[in-house]
Amino acid sequence: MNELERVKAEDERLARERKKIARDGPKLNGAKLEARLERTWRRPAGIVGWLATVDHKEIGRRYIVTALLFLALGGVLALAMRVQLAQPDAALISPGRYNELFTMHGSTMMFLFAVPVMEGVAVFIIPLMLGTRSTAFPRLNAFSYYMYLFGGLMLWVAFLLNIGPDIGWFAYTPLSGPQFSAGKRADIWAQMITFTEVSALAAAVVLVCTILKTRAPGMTLARMPLFAWAMLVVAVMIIFSMPAVALCSSMLISDRLIGTNFYNAAEHGDALLWQHLFWFFGHPEVYIIFLPATGFVSVITETFCRRPVFAYPVVVLALISTGILAFGLWVHHMFATGLPRVGYSFYTSASMTVAIPTALQIFCWLATMWDGRPRFPVPMLYVVGFIITFVIGGLTGVIIASVPLDLQLHDTYFIVAHFHYVLIGGAVFPLLGILTYWFPKITGRMMSETLGKIGFWTMFLGFQLAFFPMHFAGLLGMPRRVYTYPAGLGLELPNMLSSIGAFVVAAAVVLFVVNGLYSLYRGAIAPPNPWGASSLEWATSSPPPPYNFEHIPVVETRTPLWDAHGELPVVTGLRVDEKEILLTTVVAAAPDLREPVPAASLWPLIAAIAVGVLFVSSIFSPWAVVFGAIPAAIATAAWFWPKELKRHPEPVIS
Amino acid sequence: MSSRCRASFTLLALTALALGACNREERHSRAKPMGETVPAGVSPDTIWPGGTVAQTLDPRAKIYDNNAPAISQGQQLFSQMNCSGCHSHGGGGMGPALIDDEWRYGGRIDQIATSIAEGRPNGMPSWRSKLTQDQIWQLAAYVRSMSGQPSKDAVSSRAESMSNTAPQTLTPREPAHTSDTAEQ
Amino acid sequence: MSVQHYQSIFGNASIEARQFNTLFVIFLAVCAVMYAAVIAFMLVALARRRRGGRANVMEDGRHHESDPALRTGLIGWSAVVATGLVALAIASFVADRSMASTAARERLSLTVTANQGWWDVQYIASDNSKMIRTANEIHLPVGVPVRIYLKSNDVIHSFWVPSLAGKQDLIPGRENDITIVPRKVGLYRGQCAEFCGTQHAKMALVVQVEPYSDFIKWWERQLQPAAAPATPLAKAGYDFVTSRNCGACHAIAGTPASGTVGPDLTHFASRRTIAAGSMPMGEGNLYGWIADPQSIKPGTKMPTIGLEPNELHSVVAYLETLK
Repeated sequence: MNELERVKAEDERLARERKKIARDGPKLNGAKLEARLERTWRRPAGIVGWLATVDHKEIGRRYIVTALLFLALGGVLALAMRVQLAQPDAALISPGRYNELFTMHGSTMMFLFAVPVMEGVAVFIIPLMLGTRSTAFPRLNAFSYYMYLFGGLMLWVAFLLNIGPDIGWFAYTPLSGPQFSAGKRADIWAQMITFTEVSALAAAVVLVCTILKTRAPGMTLARMPLFAWAMLVVAVMIIFSMPAVALCSSMLISDRLIGTNFYNAAEHGDALLWQHLFWFFGHPEVYIIFLPATGFVSVITETFCRRPVFAYPVVVLALISTGILAFGLWVHHMFATGLPRVGYSFYTSASMTVAIPTALQIFCWLATMWDGRPRFPVPMLYVVGFIITFVIGGLTGVIIASVPLDLQLHDTYFIVAHFHYVLIGGAVFPLLGILTYWFPKITGRMMSETLGKIGFWTMFLGFQLAFFPMHFAGLLGMPRRVYTYPAGLGLELPNMLSSIGAFVVAAAVVLFVVNGLYSLYRGAIAPPNPWGASSLEWATSSPPPPYNFEHIPVVETRTPLWDAHGELPVVTGLRVDEKEILLTTVVAAAPDLREPVPAASLWPLIAAIAVGVLFVSSIFSPWAVVFGAIPAAIATAAWFWPKELKRHPEPVIS
Repeated sequence: MSSRCRASFTLLALTALALGACNREERHSRAKPMGETVPAGVSPDTIWPGGTVAQTLDPRAKIYDNNAPAISQGQQLFSQMNCSGCHSHGGGGMGPALIDDEWRYGGRIDQIATSIAEGRPNGMPSWRSKLTQDQIWQLAAYVRSMSGQPSKDAVSSRAESMSNTAPQTLTPREPAHTSDTAEQ
Repeated sequence: MSVQHYQSIFGNASIEARQFNTLFVIFLAVCAVMYAAVIAFMLVALARRRRGGRANVMEDGRHHESDPALRTGLIGWSAVVATGLVALAIASFVADRSMASTAARERLSLTVTANQGWWDVQYIASDNSKMIRTANEIHLPVGVPVRIYLKSNDVIHSFWVPSLAGKQDLIPGRENDITIVPRKVGLYRGQCAEFCGTQHAKMALVVQVEPYSDFIKWWERQLQPAAAPATPLAKAGYDFVTSRNCGACHAIAGTPASGTVGPDLTHFASRRTIAAGSMPMGEGNLYGWIADPQSIKPGTKMPTIGLEPNELHSVVAYLETLK
């Protein structure tokens, strides 16, 4: 046979093979389809399968549970600090130990709870919300979780072994440098940054690609849910901001390990270099924490006011402009450092400007409540609590954006009050609301409404009691990061109130956890759409099967389930014998490609262990960077090794 | 490069973290006056030229040796007490070099502490009345680190000042040996 | 002196502090009005449906429509927020320029060098023989603009006397400065406001603002060397201080003690506090501090020397003569 005939014969053989592939559609439907998809998509059984999973729902659940554990640990540290600060000149906790406590509290809350929990919720819900079966790059997703877990474990094991960091969560040089921070405590902190930064970057890449390429057909960018927009902006922000902190922490390790002089003024380095790089990351970081929460508020407000959020384009533009503006504010953390005053004016203006998009978002939510018919189950209560609390924090933020005001208020308890108002009011309240809201989707059961309401009021009132007095403590002259304060300055009353409030907040957290655990076993079984919501995650069962949707839905409006009138249109034709998702175009979401999804794999875990060993051992020796790169390279090569698909009768992009 | 560094490429890194950390990071900020467990005035007899008489190690050694906070405090005391006035950041001048492995009066931490406390012939003043035992031992820990004896995990790479020596975290570890005082 | 304003942002004891208060009140008022507007909008929005009426909700199939008044509301709200923020930014800028303009007129200068746990204060004079050095306490003549140069010997600290002025960081390798015009006689406390190590919490200082004549008298007394000890106990203390541990770190003018590691003690007993504002000056506190500084300020640089009782008595007796 000559070449041409051979090729034609091959083509015909492939066409016959293609006809034999089982795909979802009119021929394969209902229970039979579900059984086939279940077999294809479920992960292998046993401990190996549990470690090797690439199911975004499992990874998202792990993220959330781990982050909530770190929230509890960080909260216990806060309680210890508040016990010490309840009375003046108390001697319950030594200054060295207290410095470790607030370092661990800040680092845990910012790096191990706030960002990962948002990533975790996003990783769980975004593919469901976008109408697809999996995230993009599921193994990278698994890798990002393991890196996060190892970084958090390293930090907390170090703390429990009494070698934890004591330099503050912001670790200013030269205090964190080789002369003033002896031993390896600061290096452990700096490597925790590297772990969580790698994890966050990986998760950000996963989210960007998922949101831009795997949406259901017809879900144009203009029809995409607001939470997906928020996560898209956040993921891009992570990609641009995280490298700055990884850079400055690596430079710190370099100074401490091999004697470089990045932060040594005597050798023409600069202590302020640290602050610039850290806060270039640090300011976007707080918006990375806040913007997903605005997505939560949009979701809850829409569902419980029975109408989509007012002025969707305004909210989207507000999200994007907040994300961009957030990068131009960082010097407002450095107003006391003596940089040129004219430059400071720019940052004052920018810091005030960033309030405008957020104010517009708030208007849109309130307008939704105005125009809709609000109901008040627990998630909506948290939204109301969010408005009341976050706006106070935002306004104190406007106050400290002014240089003359900030020069008095900087590094006092006024700032502590401000950022807890925006972080707890602005991120934790919506988070508790959204966990209640999506609990049925995640677990298949409803949380207890009664316990939820008690928990909300405890949390809300406890928070105000704990943090409102801190404004006054700051105005009366109490600086931050102090293990005690003298009597006679009028600080006793605000501190005592804050300490009592802290325990009330702790009780609220316990109530929430108890509610979650109780409801996990005894909660009412949840139907697919218990709240009557409009977005696609509610078009499948609670909890979803491993393959998310029987058929890929097609979307024609911003509120697909409200406009479907019972029957959601779908596309058919995806394979059921191999894991496959449908890629669509970036803007118009027209169907584009069918993309194979990787099977469960241990390589992300192994690569994370290899990279983790590299990072941990490079705390002790620079040679670890060289020798530790070898196992990391081997693991990565094995992970990306091209695979033969056993039957590939059609061109497959893999 | 010490064997500890090589071993840390595996999970032993975490074990090293655990085991080595017990003493390395321990902060003894409640610096009670030392000397209660050891009678004052015990002086290791290392001023015989060329001789090394085996001596039991002072029990205080394990508190200060390889202890990062002590070495760090010693580094600050070294510059504050103007040790560089004679020893010139370790390179030696009027006083002998401290960064080499030759020790006239012994390079063990208790021997160095005695040298600082009691003074030595040929010009080393006695600091016993000027510094507490705790401070002397911190200085001894730092001086010992200048010659590359403690483990690399405990030493500081540089001070926040102009560079004057190679970073101690990179220099090879060298055991001390006693030299003949007749050799200058 | 009311205790509430000893270390309070409302101490209002200088021109800068008054300007701060005015600006703060303006900001607080505008922010309170904005907050009231938000909450009012929310409460009305939540309450209004309870009375029934047409809503643009999914149940009625109207969830793609919106109340047209809301569009006007959005535009109006944006305009109000933007205007308010612009006004606040202008107010802030004006206040900032006004505070900066006083900085050009200083008539007295001093340098504060921060160390971990204490403040080194040196008054600058055109004639070097008139320069004085003290620690942890600053005296200022009322009504005279003073520029304080800020340096650091180790890590980043922050100089903050809330009743008098905003804070400014002391950064190793840089020299910052702050200008204050005190307007009210009195005693004010300040604290380090940038985390600087184990004893950050107890790194305080005291500022005494006094009439000009009192200030000159204080300066002249500070220029004198230390008084010679009169009693035998004080003499024994003098011998101890100058020949033992103390002189290695502390300086007392007119004696052999000339250490620069710790605070200058020449006129130690004339100060109001011990250990950088940790305790008021007094005999009992002095005994406690000298005997065991680590138990009062754990992690401080001053070691616990372990004095014999008679040594302790003599040292305290001598230090009390250093007025």
